[in-house]
Amino acid sequence: MSETDDRPTPAEALREAATDGVDFDGLRVTRDADGFHLAVPGARYEGLSADEFAEAVERHCAYAENWLFWHQYAPQHPPEWAFLRWVEHADEVSVPERHDRIRHSDGGLSREWGQLAVSVRAVEDGRRRYDLRHVDEADVDRDALTTYTDPYEARRLRKTDDDGDYRPLSTAPTLAHGWAFADLDPDAVVRAVEGFYPATIVNWHREREGNLDVTHWHEAVSRQTGIYGVVRTWDRDEGHDHVNWVAEACCADSQCLKRREWAYDDETPLDVDGGAGVFPCREPCSMVVATARTWTRLESEQPRTYEFDLTPSEKEQIEQLIDAVADGRVDEIRDGDTSDGANRYRARFLRAKLFDEQGNLCGVPTDGPDA
Amino acid sequence: MSEALLIVAHGSHLNPKSSTPAQDHADAIRVAGAVDEVREAYWKEEPSLRNAFRTVTGDEVYVVPLFISEGYFTEEVIPRELRLDFDPDDWNSDGTSADVATCIPTDVDKTVHYCGPVGTHDAMTDVIVRRAETVTEDPDVGPGVGLAVVGHGTKRNENSAKAVEYHADRVRDRGRFAEVRALFMDEEPEVDDVTDFFESEDIVVVPLFIADGYHTQEDIPADMGLTDDGRDGYAVPTRVDGHDIWYAGAIGTESLMADVILERAADAGADVTTHDSTAALADGD
Repeated sequence: MSETDDRPTPAEALREAATDGVDFDGLRVTRDADGFHLAVPGARYEGLSADEFAEAVERHCAYAENWLFWHQYAPQHPPEWAFLRWVEHADEVSVPERHDRIRHSDGGLSREWGQLAVSVRAVEDGRRRYDLRHVDEADVDRDALTTYTDPYEARRLRKTDDDGDYRPLSTAPTLAHGWAFADLDPDAVVRAVEGFYPATIVNWHREREGNLDVTHWHEAVSRQTGIYGVVRTWDRDEGHDHVNWVAEACCADSQCLKRREWAYDDETPLDVDGGAGVFPCREPCSMVVATARTWTRLESEQPRTYEFDLTPSEKEQIEQLIDAVADGRVDEIRDGDTSDGANRYRARFLRAKLFDEQGNLCGVPTDGPDA
Repeated sequence: MSEALLIVAHGSHLNPKSSTPAQDHADAIRVAGAVDEVREAYWKEEPSLRNAFRTVTGDEVYVVPLFISEGYFTEEVIPRELRLDFDPDDWNSDGTSADVATCIPTDVDKTVHYCGPVGTHDAMTDVIVRRAETVTEDPDVGPGVGLAVVGHGTKRNENSAKAVEYHADRVRDRGRFAEVRALFMDEEPEVDDVTDFFESEDIVVVPLFIADGYHTQEDIPADMGLTDDGRDGYAVPTRVDGHDIWYAGAIGTESLMADVILERAADAGADVTTHDSTAALADGD
């Protein structure tokens, strides 16, 4: 619902609503032949005239404004309404305390949503305005950030990380820094959050309502066709270790902030942690399916025995190299830190020593005479 | 009953520009106030097609595929992932005539009007001509000039070529350009030999692709001899074998595409608020 210039005052709006009755967040208002009746925790008024009713509303304006905001100004689509209620801790913090806190910038109410910090404050008549930032920059001076007002710009901000590299997975924990959305109205903040993390609000809400429709791995890969149809063949053997490995590779919190709720099938949970994210992941995403296609091909190969002569340190260094790439640590390794096995000079030395001219480790061909 | 427009596009795990046309056209439609609600969804990006309808508040959803031709994606992948009870026969299409089918998705309580792709809409012919005008910076381009409409082409889907030939025929029928040819990246007649197909010294090349990416920015320019390495870019025009090649880049980025999306929805019954350029399009065809 949009905000207009001819907004009713809380008393006017409540007077209007009294005939049907109001019962919301501790505020109860009714109207009958005796007049208006109003109750809030700790106070009760019966048989009020219109003027007396207006006075009582004024006395308990925190409740009145709260009711007005949630019914007149907040988006009424249930997932969005529930999300904004959650942002200001409406289930845990009383109306007077919320009323007080959102009026004071230092005591305001906020939540983290992935790498977003969403904070709320009140303007007039209890109407809310929202600020949105990277969690790392919640306390940074606004002048140090580029401020945006069009919530749809979030779709563009999510596309690249701090290095300018493309982020095909919106919920990867690599959200860029340096931006701020300020003074968003309730509809706009929802759009901005959805711009950064598409469909997270509605699936979070479905989960809260107990009707999140999870599609498990087996069902998800079974419906694939075209170049992804091959992934179905990966499920040919008994067991689900391969799906454990996929989830560990792609879905850990270090890779994706969604909390994985899908398993192998509805009777076979995975053995790896689904993560601690606030919003759920309801089925293997297109990144998972696309990477699984690569692994389906690679995993169709049979193991062979190769023989390499390595020093103990060289074996450990290969393990460190794999760890460094898997953990995204390569850019952090200093040139001068030759104690790190994934140091570039160390890697170059290993290559110089162990690779032949064709790039074979220890000169052992991949397809050897025994292949 | 509130209405929503859902633009569905391919998207990419590798190319950040893949989703740019869908986003830009959605923004243009939103700013114009042409429909109540505009959303996008993608095969390879987010929101995914699987999660698309739940992000929409409207009860009546007009789904417009930002794809060039009818085929695997419009007939199989998109309806399956959107969870529509759709049968391609519902479109009763000859390969370029899909209009709309009304379906019910299984995961939300909405009515869905699943439209044919933008690429086969008649209004795309105007976009091709507009593209030729913008790349040559000549609003009257046509006389003495050849126009190559270039498609991906694939032997796996005959409709891929049909869409390109359909618009090439329509542009030719207008008699505005001296010569019009449909050429392809992956089938005959191939765009590699573009200069062999034209007498005219000036040739405008309009690729019927939705987004700029490897095919339109590197592959096709290199195939035509505009550049040795597509990553280095190319000049417009570029002199090749005695011809000036005016290469336009992906047609999907043309701003007039937003109107084609709206026309698709309006043809399907959406209450689209017509703005100036939409009206001009209707008059021009």
